[in-house]
Amino acid sequence: MADAAIHGHEHEDERGFFTRWFMSTNHKDIGILYLITAAIAGFISVAFTVYMRMELMDPGVQYMCLEGARLFPTYDTAQCTPNGHLWNVLITGHGILMMFFVVIPALFGGFGNYFMPLQIGAPDMAFPRMNNLSYWMYVAGTTMAVMSVWSPGGNGQLGSGVGWVLYPPLSTNEQGWSMDLAIFAVHLSGASSILGAINMITTFLNMRAPGMTLHKVPLFAWSIFVTSWLILLSLPVLAGAITMLLTDRNFGTTFFDPAGGGDPVLYQHILWFFGHPEVYIVILPGFGIVSHVIATFSRKPIFGYLPMVYALVAIGVLGFVVWAHHMYTVGMSLTQQSYFMLATMVIAVPTGVKIFSWIATMWGGSIDFKTPMLFATGFVFMFTVGGVTGIVLSQAGIDRAYHDTYYVVAHFHYVMAIAAAFAIFAGCYFYFPKMTGRMYNETLGKVHFWMFFVATNVTFFPQHFLGRQGMPRRYIDYPEAFAYWNWWSSIGAFVSFASFLLFFGLIIYALRKGEESKVANPWTPYADTLEWTLPSPPPEHTFEILPKQEEWDKAPGH
Amino acid sequence: MAHEKNHDYHILPPSLWPFLGALGGFIMLFGAVLWMSPNVSNNQPFVFLIGLALVLYVMYGWWAETVVENRVGDHTPVVLIGLRYGFILFIMSEVMFFAAWFWSFFKHALYPMDTFSEGQWPPPSIEVFDPWHLPLINTLILLCSGCAATWAHHALVHENNRKDMANGLILAVVLGVIFTFFQAYEYTHAAFGFGGNIYGANFFMATGFHGFHVIVGTIFLFICYLRLRQGHFSPTNHMGFEAAAWYWHFVDVVWLFLFGAIYIWGS
Repeated sequence: MADAAIHGHEHEDERGFFTRWFMSTNHKDIGILYLITAAIAGFISVAFTVYMRMELMDPGVQYMCLEGARLFPTYDTAQCTPNGHLWNVLITGHGILMMFFVVIPALFGGFGNYFMPLQIGAPDMAFPRMNNLSYWMYVAGTTMAVMSVWSPGGNGQLGSGVGWVLYPPLSTNEQGWSMDLAIFAVHLSGASSILGAINMITTFLNMRAPGMTLHKVPLFAWSIFVTSWLILLSLPVLAGAITMLLTDRNFGTTFFDPAGGGDPVLYQHILWFFGHPEVYIVILPGFGIVSHVIATFSRKPIFGYLPMVYALVAIGVLGFVVWAHHMYTVGMSLTQQSYFMLATMVIAVPTGVKIFSWIATMWGGSIDFKTPMLFATGFVFMFTVGGVTGIVLSQAGIDRAYHDTYYVVAHFHYVMAIAAAFAIFAGCYFYFPKMTGRMYNETLGKVHFWMFFVATNVTFFPQHFLGRQGMPRRYIDYPEAFAYWNWWSSIGAFVSFASFLLFFGLIIYALRKGEESKVANPWTPYADTLEWTLPSPPPEHTFEILPKQEEWDKAPGH
Repeated sequence: MAHEKNHDYHILPPSLWPFLGALGGFIMLFGAVLWMSPNVSNNQPFVFLIGLALVLYVMYGWWAETVVENRVGDHTPVVLIGLRYGFILFIMSEVMFFAAWFWSFFKHALYPMDTFSEGQWPPPSIEVFDPWHLPLINTLILLCSGCAATWAHHALVHENNRKDMANGLILAVVLGVIFTFFQAYEYTHAAFGFGGNIYGANFFMATGFHGFHVIVGTIFLFICYLRLRQGHFSPTNHMGFEAAAWYWHFVDVVWLFLFGAIYIWGS
């Protein structure tokens, strides 16, 4: 039975379409499925934000009317009653989709599945069938999350407008079953991620190439390993929290309802015990990709490999002990606030190690700004800006003023969301020739980068100003005083959406008509991990003979 | 093995189980939403049950296939190590699941709210169980069951005594079933409900989730007994039984924490 898969020779793919894509036990195919699905979910989620930025472009409500949502603005207030519920549904949908169904599946599910086993010389994942279960449960979860937006919810309308954090009492009081669908969607995605994490950890521990000790494993594989631990230990806690939400909603329990002795702040604690590791789950695989891209295009080995590894581990560990810095304003004691402040600032040390190591890798290097390198450099810039505002926000006293303002929105989009997007794009361009055997158009890639880089900064940098002026987040409307920077922010969002379309266009063009690139390594000799020793695209089964140490070990003396 | 493969890892053929399993999970959870929504389905569980049936079918089919793979020798020593890693990691994630229930319990027990709980734990209006009656007996039953599972393990590994192993497994399963019945009996005599009060919410969520694990673990051990009668398991290759035993001990330890925290300290 198991022998059935071991047939044929390289490039001789006898599998039918359904067998290959619906019954897959092949980590490379599953990785591609993850990337495609994440792109679709990402497109939906980005479309939400474009509509939101259209609404925020001018003061007053011109698009999201109770009389019906419009594609063209109306400035006649008699014709347009603001529909705050629709707004809330869109911010909730954007958050849930991006957090659970776009970035993690792309970086961890997509690149992690495809390249982690290749980098450590493993023939496949440890549990290839379970790998596919992770993928299909992710699809089921995405479907349910999108359905939740269009099913009966609060205020007699469609969808749930409670914010992605699902805080009670808002989430426990929301009517309809849209909220229940969203909860189960997160359950499904969580189970999918936990199974994926079990798979990745086992693969990493048990299937490394002969001679590849832990201190010789490539950084991307390390980042996936650390991410897996965060998923494994934090997502079950979230599953517990949202299960309590579910019983509070449907079975009359009072975990979060003071009338029965419960406590809504408890939910915030449990959510953020998951939520803070979650933001590192989002960004850590990006660290891995960016490290390889920067080393490759600087023509230097990565600076400070071991500190880079232990910085990843340190960030992972610290990520579990800082959660309440998301909730300085709920009324914690000063002692607690001081602790969480201190612990949060400590994270700046390992992240600083990483940023300076990337810069030191570039320092004195022969840098070639190909598209992946542009995106990697953009990543370092965005992540640093977001990291610096993170230090600001870690101060409990300052956070009093900034809590729930656009300053926070700007901060986390810089440090996590847009930085992760830069890492995804860097990975897409870097690995495109490896995955497809074709080359993308370098000029268009560079145009994409500059559009995206400028546009995201135009979108999010002014939000720092808005936050400092006191504009609260999660509102459909704002006073005239905030109009100027909101206008610019919307312009930035439209241009970055255009760059997103350009990206899809150039990828589809490159897939069909792109120049063939069959060489194993189209970049520089410093792309020296095992995936660059394979043909492009790699055959169905890789490493049927396990790689020898001299194929990957560039510094055998260490 | 086939001629191209030059390593001991397990490369699997394409399989429909994952797709069917995820489909079943989707139908089951969507059905659960319909079931819980009075306006949509009159609280009928049909869709949920269809999904549940599909999930159970996939579990049976998938794991039966895994057992066959073990029998034909696909589980080489390195694959067995991987399976062990995988199962330990699964148990670790389960531990973190319980962390959420314990978190809620300790929060409310250490810092009771003024409304309803009146700053006390257990809340004054709640009449709790005496831990030294049925809960203590249940603790002893579960510990004995764990001992029986260890006896079965010892009999297989050190003596290859299949008769003792069968006896140990049967004893462990029977004690597990008795535990579940006693727990159900206790539930029906609770002076507090699941809804409306924080004590009952914590109590039933934590012990109920544990009870579900006891049922799963009992079935797992019973499957091992059936496999033993089919002639499966050897002193060196008994991954399925080892996983069941680990799971059973995990369930045991969680109970000790529940007993110590919720029943004794929390009363």
